[in-house]
Amino acid sequence: MKRLLIGNEAVAWGLYHGGLGLISSYPGTPSTEITEFLSRHDDIHTEWAPNEKVACETAFGASLAGMRSACAMKHVGLNVAADPLFTLSYTGVTGGMVICVADDPAMHSSQNEQDSRHYAIAAKVPMLEPSDSREAYAFARSAFELSEKYDTPVLLRMCTRIAHSQCVVEMGEREETPLKPYVKQPQKYIMMPAYARARHPMVEKRTEALRALAEDCPYNTLEDRGSEIGIITSGCAYLYVKEVFGDSVSILKIGMPNPLPEKMIRDFAGKVRRLYVIEELDPVMENHVRSLGIPCRGKELFSPIGEFSQKTIREAFLREGVDVGELPHAQGTAPQVPARPPMMCAGCPHRGMFYTLARHHITVLGDIGCYTLGAVAPLNALDSTLCMGASISGIHGFNAARGKETEGKTVAVIGDSTFMHSGMTGLVNVAYNATNSTVIILDNSITGMTGHQQNPTTGYNIKGDPAAKVDLEALCHALGINRVRVVDPYDLKQCEEAVTEELAVEEPSVIISRRPCVLLKYVRPKRPLTVESEKCRSCRRCMNLGCPAISMKNGRARIDSTLCVGCGVCEQLCAFGAIGGEEA
Amino acid sequence: MSVKSVMIVGVGGQGSLLASRLLGNLLTEEGYDVKVSEVHGMSQRGGSVVTYVRFGEKVYSPIVTEGECDYIISFEKLEAARYAGCLRRGGKIIVNTQEIDPMPVITGAAEYPTDVLEDLKAQGFCIDDFDALTPAEEAGSAKAVNLVLMGRFAACLNISKEKWAAAMERTIPPKYLEMNRKAFEAGYSGT
Repeated sequence: MKRLLIGNEAVAWGLYHGGLGLISSYPGTPSTEITEFLSRHDDIHTEWAPNEKVACETAFGASLAGMRSACAMKHVGLNVAADPLFTLSYTGVTGGMVICVADDPAMHSSQNEQDSRHYAIAAKVPMLEPSDSREAYAFARSAFELSEKYDTPVLLRMCTRIAHSQCVVEMGEREETPLKPYVKQPQKYIMMPAYARARHPMVEKRTEALRALAEDCPYNTLEDRGSEIGIITSGCAYLYVKEVFGDSVSILKIGMPNPLPEKMIRDFAGKVRRLYVIEELDPVMENHVRSLGIPCRGKELFSPIGEFSQKTIREAFLREGVDVGELPHAQGTAPQVPARPPMMCAGCPHRGMFYTLARHHITVLGDIGCYTLGAVAPLNALDSTLCMGASISGIHGFNAARGKETEGKTVAVIGDSTFMHSGMTGLVNVAYNATNSTVIILDNSITGMTGHQQNPTTGYNIKGDPAAKVDLEALCHALGINRVRVVDPYDLKQCEEAVTEELAVEEPSVIISRRPCVLLKYVRPKRPLTVESEKCRSCRRCMNLGCPAISMKNGRARIDSTLCVGCGVCEQLCAFGAIGGEEA
Repeated sequence: MSVKSVMIVGVGGQGSLLASRLLGNLLTEEGYDVKVSEVHGMSQRGGSVVTYVRFGEKVYSPIVTEGECDYIISFEKLEAARYAGCLRRGGKIIVNTQEIDPMPVITGAAEYPTDVLEDLKAQGFCIDDFDALTPAEEAGSAKAVNLVLMGRFAACLNISKEKWAAAMERTIPPKYLEMNRKAFEAGYSGT
């Protein structure tokens, strides 16, 4: 079967055909679709876990039980799953286990540009890195065998351009792999000091064996095209190199960035006059080459920041005095035009709460999700965004540091899914170590930014079937918070009252701002609102909402009927009754 | 043949993903090597989005840089201008003249550059600008702008209408097929 697949769908098919029995993941761009595609199969177990640590440990449990398993996450998700990863390296596996991790160079949808290859090196586990969908399929499929043969979890590294680019993939059939028998193996699986000490030498021995494999495996390939220029590259950087040079230079393409082949690199370097290492983000391969005492050119030409393109490669080699052919001739130059940053949708339920917070001029510690967009003009409502859950832990430290000065003038905002992921433990700390902190859970009943995944608060599982639903109010009470109240963020008066009152009280409190995401299929938009032009006094108060449906045309507010969903927040703001639901 | 590059640009949520997948499926069926690069996540929330489609005998890079693009298909006027620098000499821009205000315009920090296409034409750009929104709405939804534009673009490729129809059937869920066929036809016959 031949099909055009994005990298993530190719990984999904590769895992499935490789005999996957279970995948547990937490959504995160650019990794989300791997698990979404797999959830279409009914003969395997697929799930959204509350966070990546739980996902990784679930995959571990399945592997222990003898099943081929996987988990998928974005690069920062691996920080959360790092704890099981480092010791999984010691225990190894029973059923093959693959950890898919997707980096995001250029930060299309992330808070940092960390390079996951460092984890493979630090945890001493093999990592595979495809450069297109075809390889993504092949590498994912073969990763289980690698995992079982070398008794190790395998990291499969994707990046945004590979995860979300399509090319034609030729696929095989699913390999049915029966469960391996469960055998109790305390020395292998109980990592207390005595047993772990015995396992560590195994890890080092395994790395030696993998190094030998790296010298002769289908992942690392050599393109011998003369002795003038040699390029060591990997991932999508390989594609850009090929785009510029075609078959005119020698290339050592690395598909297994850990462990790296020593002899292959030495032989390659020995054959070419000028050696370049071209890799996105950190100089991982370059440092390895240099550690072998081999001189090369790398990060002095190719930045550790952002994504590459064929242009990056072409320009760098021009500076090196290498003939890279004619540069493309552009028709002309693009004019300077206003930026178009992402923003909260028209009718977004977060807007009413952020408007209320902005009016109070308080400090707002934010979190990861669509509501990070509350940071931009005109709301400018956020003071910080660090990582999943840091809003709540952060406000506790902030208030502990400044006491009365900030208590009552600071809130934390966090989404429902992010609260499930990493917010609960922070809230326990607020209650247990007692700061007078106010936490607002923006409950839009879905994991929004990553494209609508279910989570434990929605009442549905990954397949959309009814599931146990976490009662957020009861949970917050159970975690030690006495004051918990629910507001509808479309009702500005309710928001105002709740924020004013909860900031005033002398104890920790939680406001649950509850209204489903307007993009959910079951949320029916109401009739668009209209502006009665004669009544509009051009005060621009409605413009403070930052709603994409509202603009000023000829000095009067105007509502775009194709965008407006009739949420009514602007109607509550207008002091002149100019905005209404009836035909103006 | 040499590799051809197409950019589909617009505002997050306008339906550029479907357009690029349709084009990708069509070109694959034609026997080309095809690469499509999509945008997911944060930038889909009303931000500027760009999708690349490249096809030919052998395609390596999934992305398109300055001066490399043969066709820019823009769902919105301002976005056509934003990416105009990617057009190669002799390339063509097909653009829906709809104006969607970006946040700096909404907040009053910037003005919408209404004459931007005229400026580009004066520079020598080949621009096919037309209203794709009205025929999309007539077909059933503003969301069908993508298929109106694909219909318009179809004239640039030497591929029969029947093959486009087959690609639509493979790409678009049956529920929306009729509306999208109408939208495509409107774009196609308008050229």
